[in-house]
Amino acid sequence: MFGRLTLDAFKHDWIEYLAGVSMIFGAIFFIALITHYKRWGWLWKEWITSVDHKKIGVMYIIFSAIMLVKGLVDAVMMRAQQAFAVGDSMGYLGAEHYQQIFTAHGVTMIFFVGMGVVFGIINLVLPLQIGARDVAFPFLNNLSFWLFASGGMFILVSLMIGVYAGTGWTAYPPLSGLKYNPGVGVDYWLWSVQISGAGSLLSGINFLVTILKMRCPGMTLMRMPIFVWATLATMVLVVFAFPILTATAAMLSTDRLLDTHIFTAEFGGNPMMYINLFWAWGHPEVYILVLPAFGIFSEVVPVFSHKRLFGYTSMVWAIAAISFLSFIVWLHHFFTMGAGANVNAFFGIMTMIIGIPTGVKVFNWIFTMFRGRVRFTTPMYWFLGFIVIFTIGGMAGILMSIPAVDFQVHNSLFLIAHFHFVIIGGVLFGFFAGYSYWFPKFTGFKLNERLGKYAFWCWMIGFLLAFLPLYLLGFMGATRRLNQYDIPEWQPLFIVAGIGAMILFAGLGFQILQLIVSILKRNENRDLTGDPWNGRNLEWSTTSPPPFYNFAFIPEVHGRDAFWAQKHQKTQPILRKYEDIHMPKNTAMGFVIGSLSFLFGFGLIWHMFWLAILSAIGMIAGVIAHLYQKHPDYHLPAAEVAKIESRKQSV
Amino acid sequence: MKKSVPVAHESYPDTHHDNYSRTTFGFWLYIMSDFILFGALFAAYIVLSKSTFGGPAAKTLFKLPYNFLQTCIFLVSALTAGLGGASAHRKDKNKTLLFFAATFLLGVIFIGMQFNEFHRFSSGGNGWDQSAFLSAYFTLVGTHSIHVLFGLLWIIVLLLPVWNETGISHVSVRRLTCLRMFWQFLNIIWMLIFSFVYLMGAK
Repeated sequence: MFGRLTLDAFKHDWIEYLAGVSMIFGAIFFIALITHYKRWGWLWKEWITSVDHKKIGVMYIIFSAIMLVKGLVDAVMMRAQQAFAVGDSMGYLGAEHYQQIFTAHGVTMIFFVGMGVVFGIINLVLPLQIGARDVAFPFLNNLSFWLFASGGMFILVSLMIGVYAGTGWTAYPPLSGLKYNPGVGVDYWLWSVQISGAGSLLSGINFLVTILKMRCPGMTLMRMPIFVWATLATMVLVVFAFPILTATAAMLSTDRLLDTHIFTAEFGGNPMMYINLFWAWGHPEVYILVLPAFGIFSEVVPVFSHKRLFGYTSMVWAIAAISFLSFIVWLHHFFTMGAGANVNAFFGIMTMIIGIPTGVKVFNWIFTMFRGRVRFTTPMYWFLGFIVIFTIGGMAGILMSIPAVDFQVHNSLFLIAHFHFVIIGGVLFGFFAGYSYWFPKFTGFKLNERLGKYAFWCWMIGFLLAFLPLYLLGFMGATRRLNQYDIPEWQPLFIVAGIGAMILFAGLGFQILQLIVSILKRNENRDLTGDPWNGRNLEWSTTSPPPFYNFAFIPEVHGRDAFWAQKHQKTQPILRKYEDIHMPKNTAMGFVIGSLSFLFGFGLIWHMFWLAILSAIGMIAGVIAHLYQKHPDYHLPAAEVAKIESRKQSV
Repeated sequence: MKKSVPVAHESYPDTHHDNYSRTTFGFWLYIMSDFILFGALFAAYIVLSKSTFGGPAAKTLFKLPYNFLQTCIFLVSALTAGLGGASAHRKDKNKTLLFFAATFLLGVIFIGMQFNEFHRFSSGGNGWDQSAFLSAYFTLVGTHSIHVLFGLLWIIVLLLPVWNETGISHVSVRRLTCLRMFWQFLNIIWMLIFSFVYLMGAK
């Protein structure tokens, strides 16, 4: 009945109990809050079943924020362990637990924070920037979110029921194969990645169609905001890369469930093929995360420099070049595998070449600031921090692209420092810049600037303290994923890194405080114009927050920086009559299918095959039911539009 | 002879109306991503095709005439799917039903033959757990079979409304177009499987 789920699965050490209990209390508190304010109907109608891209975007960001807190707690725990576990001391975390923490940290941060904030921001901003009322397939968008969320739930559930993988976030076989990892850990990893990956793939198709088919009249490709270009390239990468992950994870699943021998070390299987396939997805994934962040900076810098973006065309070509090159550098993740000097040289050279378009972008942003009237707002702080950190991290990457150097620092903390510099400095700082930049658009009030800057300084200083020592430690020979070491000379650097992690965590605290203070004092920072920063693109042309149909009239565009041109044109806009607006209806099916996908994965993880089969049938039935739905959309009458619009103007 | 009727495009200014071109384009993208998925499986198969671990190699297992017959049946089903899709565009309900029903029958025969082959291998002691080559073979061809099964289910799901409604609604035309694309995509994959797995294996 319960497969391999026995009472033993609930036995953990006290730290995991603490995490589990606090999660349960958090959930109870949330449920009590909703019940007390009688908001269940509201939650269901306005959020869970919503197909509005703005609400889906907010849900992505809330989910990612929860996962970010979890991932940061993991990080602080690891640093605390490493600060003490030297010589005879074994630290406070057992080896079994420690390896689960570093695995969960990586998966959480890449799949559920990185991907989550990327899709969150894209959902929020992209349809507004191209002057559309929604995405191409609104139901699919809702479904993607719920698949993403159910994938994330596996990580949280594994804290309480069973264990998570202890293999590292890449889950290389043969270690992740059945022979060396017979438990449920790797299965949790597989299904969290597989189900959220399916959601990402659907989102990729959705946004690609949205960008190519739903731009407002006049917005040719070369008039699109750079954020839209970055998203377009990202979605191309998603559509090309994620199927590889799906296939690879599926093959590892059959190895574990059906006893196939694709990646095993015996029966002629080939574990090295897994590593190749994994990074054939994994390297484009890095750019899936960072290109949208580049897009965000390309929006932020011109607005706060009071200048148009320097080198628009070169920006577009840099994005295109990066997305092409990102598919032919994957081997640099395992130069040490022994592919031979010529193969290594090719991939090393390609890796160096990919630095060129990235450098073009960095120079373009700096030249945009040059002779501009720069306003040092919080988004701009994040941008300046990004330039420093990302450039250092990028240089380290170029250094490692030389195979001979890579042999020295492969899998050392030098590598860890490198990719944290580019991912935190790039993706996370980019998201924070976008968060403080677009926050007023979706709430109607600005975030508190002072607390935002405190948060920035904590992140910046904490980050440098936490990760600069890792470069040194890498040169001294410290490898990644160590839960204990014997060299006392390393300890001071680990302690500095630990202190840095604490300061960085304080930055997160300031951000939570900033959000609370900003909500409490929202009347002081109201944005009534819809354009608080003197913006340049179409998202600022509608009110803050935008009505659910985004634009009463679909805008018309005659050049780049469309809204800027609109604000500065001499002629009055022609007054038009309101028309009926065609909108999609809410649907519960995304939530239902997403929940069933969780049960499906859970059944397979614990070998409860009846559960897996039932929920698979349920998912198929759900899709068929959705197909047979008679009227998935409705018309909002013109009179209703007029009423909403006049109410906004009188505010 | 009736001419094909183009589906109305109403994309301007109400972008929510133009379902036809958005859905078919989205479906093309899905097909492309599925190509990549099969690409990864093909890569795995090619890497592992010689790793028989002492077991029988492709040459002794495959019976080319059998697979050739299977291929012919599947190719005809692609033709009928194409004709069915074209009939749907001409709003010819009876022919649409007829051609897609033929596709369904041929698909069932194809998948029956495929499962028969799987059975022949595994009952002869050559299941997927015997060697890396067999694992890769079952994974690649099995993934294609699962796609075909979904395609068969999909034919039923889409034909039922066509059966019940008078004429063919534009929603059905759109969906049948996607179905036809999907079926022809499965044929292309099968051509690759026939070439890379069966023909090259029997060499």
